[in-house]
Amino acid sequence: MVKRFLRAAAPMATMLCAAMVPNPTGTAARTYAAGYATYATAIPAFARKYGLRCSACHTVWPELNAFGQRFKDYGYQLGNDRDSPIWQANSYWPIAVRTTPQVHFENTTHQPIDPPPSERTITQAGFDLSGIDFLMLGTLYKDISFGLVPTLDPDGTAGVEAAFVRFDNLGHSPWANLKIGKFELDNLLGEKRITFLSNNGGFYYAYHFQPAGSVDNYTFGLGDNQIGAELSGHSINSYTRYSVSLLSTGDGEAGLSGANSLDAMVTLSHAFATGSGLGPQRIGVFGYLGHRPTAFDSAGGEPIPGTGSANKQFIRVGATAQIWLGNLELLPMVSHASDDAALGGSTQEPAWNTAMLEAHYIASPRLLVQGRYEMLRMSKQADPATPKTFGDADAIAVGVRAYPFMFSRAGMAIHGEFAMTKTTGMAPLSGNGSGLDAYDPATKIWSRSLMLGFDFAF
Amino acid sequence: MKPQTRWMWLVSACGAVLLLLGAPPAHGQEARVGKLAGRAAKGKPLYTRYCAGCHGDDGDAQGENAQWMDPRPRDFTTATFKCRSTPSGSLPTDQDLFNSVERGFVTTNMPPWIALTPQNRVDMVAYIKGFSARWRTAQPGTPLTIPLEPAPTIQSILHGRELYQRMECWKCHGPAGYGDGPSAHELTDSKDEPIRPYNFSTGSRFMCGTTNQDLYRIFMTGLDGSPMPSFADQLKPAEAWDLVHFLRTMQPLKTREAAIWREWVSTHGRELKPIGPEGGGQ
Repeated sequence: MVKRFLRAAAPMATMLCAAMVPNPTGTAARTYAAGYATYATAIPAFARKYGLRCSACHTVWPELNAFGQRFKDYGYQLGNDRDSPIWQANSYWPIAVRTTPQVHFENTTHQPIDPPPSERTITQAGFDLSGIDFLMLGTLYKDISFGLVPTLDPDGTAGVEAAFVRFDNLGHSPWANLKIGKFELDNLLGEKRITFLSNNGGFYYAYHFQPAGSVDNYTFGLGDNQIGAELSGHSINSYTRYSVSLLSTGDGEAGLSGANSLDAMVTLSHAFATGSGLGPQRIGVFGYLGHRPTAFDSAGGEPIPGTGSANKQFIRVGATAQIWLGNLELLPMVSHASDDAALGGSTQEPAWNTAMLEAHYIASPRLLVQGRYEMLRMSKQADPATPKTFGDADAIAVGVRAYPFMFSRAGMAIHGEFAMTKTTGMAPLSGNGSGLDAYDPATKIWSRSLMLGFDFAF
Repeated sequence: MKPQTRWMWLVSACGAVLLLLGAPPAHGQEARVGKLAGRAAKGKPLYTRYCAGCHGDDGDAQGENAQWMDPRPRDFTTATFKCRSTPSGSLPTDQDLFNSVERGFVTTNMPPWIALTPQNRVDMVAYIKGFSARWRTAQPGTPLTIPLEPAPTIQSILHGRELYQRMECWKCHGPAGYGDGPSAHELTDSKDEPIRPYNFSTGSRFMCGTTNQDLYRIFMTGLDGSPMPSFADQLKPAEAWDLVHFLRTMQPLKTREAAIWREWVSTHGRELKPIGPEGGGQ
């Protein structure tokens, strides 16, 4: 659900202090990624406002279809001169709530235990809760939209997943929209609308992986909501879309970061109305250029917030597509990533590549059968002494989502999923949460999730 | 034939008859828009996905959301459609329905479905045609031919204003086009639901399009199922264009007609007679 990362509660000075300390195993960075992110957006409040079924905007919720994408691109407006809240009944309140009670099984092999170098397979199973998302999105006025998504973790920790205002159709043109605040990046494969929810399936390695040795304060997830400003635009039917974002360097955490620089992201995609599938065929590219400081002034040995310097860059680039063959949707993605050597905590620039294919068979708006395979391969380690395959990952997930009913007031999915990852030496990004590397860097670690959830929103 | 076999045939035949009697309307229709051919069988799941929540599974405007809507969704079982290129009272063309799905209807809950692929839309059109037997017994009317639009002039606009008075457009749309004429509050559609005339002062797009050609088509074909009649028998094409040019001056938009009108009114405004029950419209 929401990020369960303890860093949110840590003082900034502590975070900054960690910037200068290389982490030989990268464990901290991976702990960050572990366990975040089954939060996704499906908003019955819109269905209530406009009287449309979930299936109007979602292939199967929470994934958007072409109509839903256009609705979002227009700032949650249909464009019928009835989008401003003045047209709604006074009792209308733009809020939806989503959560997923579940029973799940987690299993990870080769986990170190005392005394070293003992290892064992750790298995956990039982009933559990996801977090709760309070999805408040809509229009403040015609062509002025907003989003506010407070969240509650199962342990009661509150967070703000999104908080933004968006000025739509600037100059009466769909090609200019400005969004400011904390928001989801314009990824074609949006992790916020992912249809896999388990610990091993509910994220993309391409969006969250960080290699061994990454310095502690260098946290980043392409799937995480970020804080900044986004200029975006689209054609009338949203078949052609672009976005340019300038983002703070705190990976979505509130507060002024110490980097004194900005990250930038660019996306571009185009769709073709060919074939007789459920939607148009779309191809897209993305690029993210980030910076993180590697040095700080200090007082009494403590780094001073706001004095970060010696910014070093990291990049993520990739290409995605959405291909329809009848009711079968194919979502391939390839990406390349590299970090500055200083961010990698050693002498070389670590680099890696990913390839993924996700397939959805949408038998009807009420039944989804899905599968995914993703692989990640290191092409260069930060430390030349680290085995080249350390961190390589293969992730497989299969699942079924069945929706017992479909109308415009609420939604529920009975969600079954099995996800499995194999990593080399490095603990998987998710799994049972222990997040420890194997003693032997060549060891293949397997992590498995089996989940039955009841995903509902109203 | 053995007695057992005869019984089997008899039961099977009765079953087939019962199935036919109780079966929903056959949806074997096709639709054609340009080079696209739509099939009802493919349109059915799309209709269920996108349309049935308002228009109902049976196309009878009894979807679960219909009760909350104003105006109510279209009842496809009557095969009566507002936006047509065909004469009043006739069926629309497939292209007309396709355009309506793409465009949506302003100030209603019907959104523009332009993000759907053209193939999806034409498949849905084919399915929608299955809700009324009228599509199997009648053909769409001959589409209206729209003559070339003459350039707007002040004479054209003034003549259009005179027609607005004489044809009593003001009774519904109001003397200034605010949709507040003396009859405006009494109007109902063919299902006796209240309906409001278009308010030109909003500047919003028209029910059936945005261009001058669309406006010309609206009052030459009428909006079937609404009080807006066809003026095809009362207006000559040139007069219809004059009316189009005048109506454009009522909208707060930067149009050629509005510019010509503003310039003329700035020097001749006092010469105008008011529009309305006492007015001459000139």
